[in-house]
Amino acid sequence: MVRYIANKFFYMLVSLFILISATFFLMKAIPGDPFTSEKKVPPAILANLYEQYGLDKPVYQQYLKYLGDVVQGDFGISMKKINQDVSDIIGQTFSASLKLGVVAIVVAVIVGVLLGMLAALYHRKLIDNVAMVLAVLGIAVPSFVVASLLQFIFASKLHWLPTMGFKGPMYYILPVAALTAQPIAFIARLTRSSMLEVLHADYIKTAKAKGLNWFAILFRHVIRNGIMPVVTYLGPMTANIVTGSVVIEQIFGIGGIGKQFVEAIGVRDYPVIMGITIFYGILLMLARFLTDIAYIFVDPRIKLSKGKEG
Amino acid sequence: MKKSKSLLLLLTLVLAVGTLLAACGSNGNKGASNGGNTSSNSGEKAANSGEEKLAADQTLRINLSAEPPTFDPAQAQDSQANTVLKTMYEGLTRMDESGEPQPAAAEKWEADGNKITFHLRKDAKWSNGDPVKASDFVFAWERVLSPNTQPAAPYAYQLYYLKNGQEYNEGKIKDFSQVGVKALDDYTLEVELIAPTPYFVGLTSFYTFYPVHPSVKDDPKWAVDQSKMIVNGAFTLTNWTKGQTIEVTKNENYWGKDQIKLSKITMSLVNSGATELASYRNDELDRAGHPNGEIPTDQIPIVKDQLKDEFKVKGIASTYYYEFNVTAKPFDNVKIRKAFAMAINRQDIVDKITLGGQIPAFGYVPPGIKGVKDEFRTENPDAGFFTENVEEAKKLLEEGMKEEGYTKLPDITLIYNSSEAHKKLALAVADMWKKNLGVDVKTENQEWAVFIENRQNLNYQIARAGWSADYNDPMTFIDMWTSNSGNNTTGFKNAEYDKLVQDAKTSSENAKRNEYFKKAEEILIKDNMILMPVYYYTNVALEKTWLKGVVLDFSGAIDYTRAYLLEH
Amino acid sequence: MDNNPIQVMQTPVDLKPEDFRKIGTDEKQAEVIQRESISAWRDAWYRLRSNKLAMTALGVLLLIVIASLVGPLISQWVHGYNYYSNDLMNTNQKPSALHWFGTDDLGRDVWVRTWMGARISLIVGLAAACIDLLIGVIYGGIMGYFGGRVDEIMNKFSEIIYSIPYLLVTILLLVVMEPSLGTIILALTITGWINMSWIVRGEIMQLKSREFVLASRSMGAGSGRLLFRHLLPNAVGPIIVTVTLSVPNAIFAEAFLSFLGLGVQAPIASLGSMINDALTGWLYYPWRMLFPAAVISLTMLAFNIFGDGLRDALDPKLKK
Repeated sequence: MVRYIANKFFYMLVSLFILISATFFLMKAIPGDPFTSEKKVPPAILANLYEQYGLDKPVYQQYLKYLGDVVQGDFGISMKKINQDVSDIIGQTFSASLKLGVVAIVVAVIVGVLLGMLAALYHRKLIDNVAMVLAVLGIAVPSFVVASLLQFIFASKLHWLPTMGFKGPMYYILPVAALTAQPIAFIARLTRSSMLEVLHADYIKTAKAKGLNWFAILFRHVIRNGIMPVVTYLGPMTANIVTGSVVIEQIFGIGGIGKQFVEAIGVRDYPVIMGITIFYGILLMLARFLTDIAYIFVDPRIKLSKGKEG
Repeated sequence: MKKSKSLLLLLTLVLAVGTLLAACGSNGNKGASNGGNTSSNSGEKAANSGEEKLAADQTLRINLSAEPPTFDPAQAQDSQANTVLKTMYEGLTRMDESGEPQPAAAEKWEADGNKITFHLRKDAKWSNGDPVKASDFVFAWERVLSPNTQPAAPYAYQLYYLKNGQEYNEGKIKDFSQVGVKALDDYTLEVELIAPTPYFVGLTSFYTFYPVHPSVKDDPKWAVDQSKMIVNGAFTLTNWTKGQTIEVTKNENYWGKDQIKLSKITMSLVNSGATELASYRNDELDRAGHPNGEIPTDQIPIVKDQLKDEFKVKGIASTYYYEFNVTAKPFDNVKIRKAFAMAINRQDIVDKITLGGQIPAFGYVPPGIKGVKDEFRTENPDAGFFTENVEEAKKLLEEGMKEEGYTKLPDITLIYNSSEAHKKLALAVADMWKKNLGVDVKTENQEWAVFIENRQNLNYQIARAGWSADYNDPMTFIDMWTSNSGNNTTGFKNAEYDKLVQDAKTSSENAKRNEYFKKAEEILIKDNMILMPVYYYTNVALEKTWLKGVVLDFSGAIDYTRAYLLEH
Repeated sequence: MDNNPIQVMQTPVDLKPEDFRKIGTDEKQAEVIQRESISAWRDAWYRLRSNKLAMTALGVLLLIVIASLVGPLISQWVHGYNYYSNDLMNTNQKPSALHWFGTDDLGRDVWVRTWMGARISLIVGLAAACIDLLIGVIYGGIMGYFGGRVDEIMNKFSEIIYSIPYLLVTILLLVVMEPSLGTIILALTITGWINMSWIVRGEIMQLKSREFVLASRSMGAGSGRLLFRHLLPNAVGPIIVTVTLSVPNAIFAEAFLSFLGLGVQAPIASLGSMINDALTGWLYYPWRMLFPAAVISLTMLAFNIFGDGLRDALDPKLKK
C-alpha cells in the first residue's frame, strides 16, 4: 500500500510539472497581457511595470523563475488585484466554492442514488417512470435556465429566499438546487442502469435461489456493485463542483473560485491563472486517487498489483 | 336604542379597519404593476409637505459588478474602484453634479499663471485622528510618480501636468524636489504646472490625486489589509470579504461628519445585470444600474414603464463610436468611410436598440463637456458634420469604389468585444448597411483582451469603441487622435490636427482653445471621418424613491457620501 | 477403477457396412435452423423496435432533424423571413400568424431562428459526441484493459489534459483559428472525450476479472478480440448512457461558451445562445426563451429515452 501510494504520488508530481508547463506556455501564447487596456498606459510606465513583474524577460526565463518560485511554495502576487497574494485569493474564493460544493455533492449523491435505486427496484413501474422523468428534466434543462427559474420563483415571486449573496444557510438553498439538478439526474441514471444490470446478474439469481434474505442480497451485492459507476463519476464530479460553477456563481452572486478563474483569464492575471490551474490540477488528481482507492473498497476483485493481471 | 348604538360602533370599527387595510394594501402594492403611481403620489406628498423624515436605519445597499482591484488610490484604474475610493478618500476638490470643482480637503485655491496654491482646511483629519497636511499630498503624488513604487502607478500620467512630473516618472530626474508640488507649510500646497491648465483644479478630485497616510511608506501590502487602511474620507472600510461583500462605515474623524447621514454602505459584488435587477426589485438593493452595474437592455422598456419614478436617465460625457482602420482596405478611402457613416439610422438605434435614452451622435465631443461659457457641444453643434442620407451614401460609396478601382468591395468584418449590448448594436448596424448600401458586413465578437490587442495593432477594419472623459475639457477627447497618441488606434496621421492640439495645450485663453478644438473636430469627423459616431452615452439606473442626495457627475462617476435614506 | 472410461473405450465394437444408411434430404432439412440466423445487432434492432417509447423518441428526434432542415425554408417561402434580417419596427412581438414563434429584440423571426439554432446545436452536439465516443472508447478501453503502467501513464495524460484550463485552450483556438463551428466543436472535444474514457476504463476494469473473460482468454482469445468482442460490448450500457448525455453536454457547453461570449458568431444562433440571449427578459418575452428551450429539452428528452431503449436492446442480459 505504501509503495502504491508513493508510486501514485510520484506520478502526480510529474503530471503537475507537465500541467504547469503546458498551461504556462499556452497562457503566454494568448494575445494581451495584464496591462492591456482601452486607455493605453504610456510606454514608459508600461516598461516599468513589465520590468517590475519580470514580463520584460524572455518567456522561458519567466517560466524557469515561476517554476523555481512554485517549488518553494511561492505562488506570487496578482498582477491585477494589486499586491494581493495568489494563495490568499485562492483560499478566500475556494472557501465559498467548497462550502457550496460539499453541500451540493452530499445532496446530489444521496438524492441521485436513492432515485436510481428506487427506479431500478421498481423497474418499469410508476416510481421508475417518475424518477426517470425527473432525471431527464434535470439534464434536459440548461443550468442557467434552472438557476434563473429558481431565482424568479423563490426569490422574486414568493420572497422566501434571497436573490443573491452568500451570507448564511438560506443563501445555500437556491444555488445548491441549481447546482445539483444535473448531477442528480446523471447519478440516478447511472445507478439505475448499473443496478438493473446487477439485478439480472447470475450471482444475484443464485443468491435468490439459495433463499437468502432479500435485504441482505440488496445490501451485500446489489448496491455494492450497482454504485460502481457512480464511484467512477464521483471523482470528476467532485472536482467539477468544488472548482466552482461559473454560471451558478455568476447568477447567484457568489464569489467563488470558478468566477475568479474566468475573471483572471479575462484580464490575463498570469499568477492567478497559474495558481488556480495548479490548484485545480492537484484537486483533480486527488479526486482521481481517492476514486481509485474507493474502488478497492467497493470492489475487492480489483487488485492494486501493477503490470498485467493473469 | 342600545342595539343601534352598538351597530354604529361596529360599523365605524369595520370602516376604520377597512381603511387601514386598504392603506396597508396600497403600501404593500408598491412593487406591483401600478406601484409607480402609488409611490409617485406619496413622493409628491412628502415633497409638498416639505418634511423629509430620515429612515432610522441609514444603511445604503448597492452592488458593484466587479470587485475593485485595489483600495490604493495610486493603483486604481476603473469605475468600481472610483466609486469605493470616493467614499473613503477626499481629494483637494470634489466634483459637483454640473462638473464644477467644489472645496473639499482644500478650502480655497488661487491660480496665478502656471502656479496654483491650495489652502487646506485645518480641521481635516485622518481616520486615526492625525491631521491631514499638505505634506500628505506631496507624499501621495510622489508615490504616484515614483518609478520605484511597487507596482508602478498606471495612471501616473494624470500627474504629467506637474512641472517635471513626466521626467521624474520616466527616471530622467531623480530628485523629487524638482517636481512642481511643494508643501509651503502644513496647510498650503503649491502646485507648479507645465502650462496653465484650466481643468487642473477639477482634476484634483480624481482618485490618482488623493492623499495617502504617511504610514503606508515601505509597506506595499497596506491596501490589502483592512486594518492598515487609514483614510481621510467620509467612510472607512470595515468589512471586506473577498469576492463577496465590501462594507464601509461612517468615519467619525471626518471633518464634515455632520454632513454625512449614512451610517454604512454595503456593497455586494454580483456581475450579472439580471440578478442585480431582480435583487433591486426584491428590495435587497437601493440602487441598480450605471455606473457600477447594468440594467439588461431587454428589461429597460419594462422598468421604464413599471418603475417610472425610480428610473433615472442622465447624459454623461462619453461617446460610443465605430472606428475605421484607415490603413486597411477598403476604409483607406474617405468616401467609403463617409458612405458607411451616413448609411445608418441613429435615431432608430437609440429608440429601438439601446433603449436607454441615448443621444444620436454626429460629433466626437459629447455633451456635458465645458466650452467657453456653456457646454462645448451646445456652442458647437454637431449637426454640420454630416447627415444621414442613404442616397448620398450610395453615391459616395460608388465614387469611392471607382477611385479605388473596385468592382466589388473587399470582405469587411466589424469587430466588437463580447457583450450583449455591443452584439445587438453591431448586428443592427450591419443589417442597416446591408439594407441601405447592399454591403455584406460580417460581425465578429472577440474576447476583451484579444479585441483591444487587435485594435491597438491595427489588425481590424471597423471596430466598436467608446471613450469617456478623464476631466471636464474637450482636450480629453481631442488629444487622443494626434499622430503619436497611444490611444489613436486608427492609423490616422494629420499634421494640421497635431498642430491644433499643440496650440490648444499651450494656450491659456479659453475662447482660442475652443476654436482649436472646433477646427480639430471638423478635421476628425467632417473632413476625414476616421471614426463614425453612433451615440452619446447615458447613465441608466434605478433608484428607490427613498434614496436621496446621490451625486452623479458629468463623467458618470457617482458620489454616495452625501446620500441619505428617507423613511419608507 | 471400475468406471474407467478408457476401459470402456477399449471395448471393441463390431460395425458392419449394413449398419449405415444414407439419410434423405428431408432429415437434413430438419437440422437447418428455421429461424433466420441473426447477429447480435439484428437481434438488438428487433428488440428496439418493440420498445414503443424508444421508437417514439426516435420519431421525435427525426422530426426535430427534419424541422431543423425544413422549418426555416417554410417560413422563408411563406413570409420571406431569414435568420439574420432585422425588423426594428416589430421587435419583441408575440407569436402570431405572421410570426409563428414571435420575434426577438431585433425583430427577427423566432421560428426561423429556432430551427436554424436547432440545426447548429444538433451539428455541434452530434459531432462532438461522435468524436468523444470514438476517442473515449478506444482510449478508455486500452487503459482499462491493459491496466498497470499503461493505464497509469494514459490516465495521467488524460488528467493533465482535463486539468488544463479549458477556457485558455478555447480562447487560443478561437484566436489562432478562424472562429467557426469547426473551432467550437474542436474546443468542445478537447476535454470532452475524457469523461467517456474514464467511464469505459472503470467498466473494463470491473469486467475483465469476470469469469467469461477468463474463459475466453483461456480459449486463446487475443487482446483485440477480448477487448472488442467481449469487454466493450458488455460495457455498452454505460457507454450509451454516457453518449446520450454527452450530446446535451456538448450542446450545453456550447451555450456556456455563448454565456462567456465565445460561442457561435452572431447572427448565427444555436439553441443555447438563443436561450442565453432571451434569459434577461424572459419574464416579459417568454416566447423568445420558451421555444428554443422547448426544442432543446425535447431533443435531450428524446436522446435520453432513445438511449435507454438502445441500452435495453443492446444488453442481452436484460433479454426477457
